[in-house]
Amino acid sequence: MTWRTSGWEKALRYLLMLAVLAVTVGPFLWQLSTSLKGTTEDVYTSPPRFLPRHPTLHNYTAVADIIPVWDYALNSLQVALASVLTNLVGASMAGYALARLRFGGRRLAGLVFVTALLVPLESIVIAQFTMMRDLHLNNTLTAVVLPGAVGALNVLLMRNAFANVPYEIEEAAVIDGANVWQRFTRIALPSVRGTLAVVAIFAFMGAWDDFLWPLIVLSDSDRFTLTVGLDFLHGTFAQNPRLVAAGTVIAVAPLIVMFTCLQRYFFRGVGEGAVKG
Amino acid sequence: MAGRIRTHRAASPWLFLLPGLAVTAAFTLYPFLSTVGKAFTDARTLTPGHWTGLANFRAMLEDEQFWVALRNSGLYVLLVVPFTVLLPLLLALLVEKQLPGVTFFRSAFYTPVVASVVVVSLIWVWMLDDRGLVNGILRALDTGPVDFLGDEWLLLLSAMALTVWKGLGYYMVVYLAALGNVPRELHEAAAVDGAGALRRFTSVTVPAVRSTMVLVGALSSVSAFKVFSEVFLMAGPSGGPAGQDTTLVMLVQRTGTGLGGRVGYASAVSLVVFAVTLLLMLLVLRADRKEAP
Repeated sequence: MTWRTSGWEKALRYLLMLAVLAVTVGPFLWQLSTSLKGTTEDVYTSPPRFLPRHPTLHNYTAVADIIPVWDYALNSLQVALASVLTNLVGASMAGYALARLRFGGRRLAGLVFVTALLVPLESIVIAQFTMMRDLHLNNTLTAVVLPGAVGALNVLLMRNAFANVPYEIEEAAVIDGANVWQRFTRIALPSVRGTLAVVAIFAFMGAWDDFLWPLIVLSDSDRFTLTVGLDFLHGTFAQNPRLVAAGTVIAVAPLIVMFTCLQRYFFRGVGEGAVKG
Repeated sequence: MAGRIRTHRAASPWLFLLPGLAVTAAFTLYPFLSTVGKAFTDARTLTPGHWTGLANFRAMLEDEQFWVALRNSGLYVLLVVPFTVLLPLLLALLVEKQLPGVTFFRSAFYTPVVASVVVVSLIWVWMLDDRGLVNGILRALDTGPVDFLGDEWLLLLSAMALTVWKGLGYYMVVYLAALGNVPRELHEAAAVDGAGALRRFTSVTVPAVRSTMVLVGALSSVSAFKVFSEVFLMAGPSGGPAGQDTTLVMLVQRTGTGLGGRVGYASAVSLVVFAVTLLLMLLVLRADRKEAP
């Protein structure tokens, strides 16, 4: 290696990385700190005080007295898990058919998913809402899940993943008399585990973080998901930043834990998708 | 290939496709067609409405809020996209080198991507408060306070900064994948030739990741034009002072929902959102084709 890093360059890099760290993670730590400050502690000091003087979990119980924050978390969890399940099943099946099965209409079917990708969700939310009302599904968690139940992008991701698996293994199974369902579940699915993990993670994150659609389709405050509940809390109790801070920490903590444990897949998903275009 | 031997029954592919096709057709394609249809009617939330031709589009041209919203969404693209194309690339170059601890930094920079836009908006609202973190620091430095959340322009700029900030980590990872494919020899050769860091950036790095920059430009311009949550949460449902911070999607949400929702009018505005995002995608992709060698 002729390419060496000078000590000076190293120091500069670390300095810059620390600065970016302060900007990207700092706000979350500030929010955590605010949520741990008791009612007697001034949160408006200048210069700001980063460490709470008497850390307390009081705000977490107080926020649950004002809005049913744990019920909202449970609603969000249900929506996110349902979305993971439907996306895994629906996208892998459709992706497998598009990549592996030969039939008339395959190109047309592929085109349906590509076309769907061109329609921004924001431009059809009103029609989706009207539709859910006609189906008497408005104000239910089912309605929150349905529009994103099988994401077109996930179908195309799965199609690419299956297309990249060598066909010879499956061919051998065909000769051994395995039917299409057996080949799908026993041979094809295990060889695309990485992409399945990516689809699952992004489906979970997408559903847990979604705001516009649940805001439109849910109207009763006892059905809210966490994001809509936080907006409600913010609108009603904006004057107490400690409570809002506690609510946001509850909403973001599970995802940060999930990301910390599974970050390999987060990066792999983003990277693979971008390289393949 | 598979075509030679019969590997499956004729109906099998369609059974595999059924869940995906059904969801896509029912909840994306049908609502889109219904949006197109409703845009030419005076439909309201509780009434299906009658054909009114171009009345909604004419009303749109006379609606001051529509022009404000179009301006804001357009400005969002103009100001957010350049930063979103450039800053994550610089960040990727910063964490590209395998130094001890660099994996930690990469993961940490990704945190805002993982968090819900609602969470980060509320964090920023609290940070930019009259008496929040940023103004606390400014006051300690004997300046400010700056009214980030009260002034219509500062509000919009703050929301844009939030959007750029939230996307940093995601696009950084996109660029890291692209940078992995840049031959190291190119950099070394340029360094041997005495090219400085800036020169190496413009003549080696940028050409090598150009197509990724176009991709990032396309993705970020589409999502910037559709901006909703950041502005909705920072400026409030009515869009800041006198509604001057309303974006197009906020206008869709505000006019199209509720018991008296003007579904027809909101559908017409939705079509504008759709048309412009499509146009943005085509423009960026065409620019790519033109410049490509």
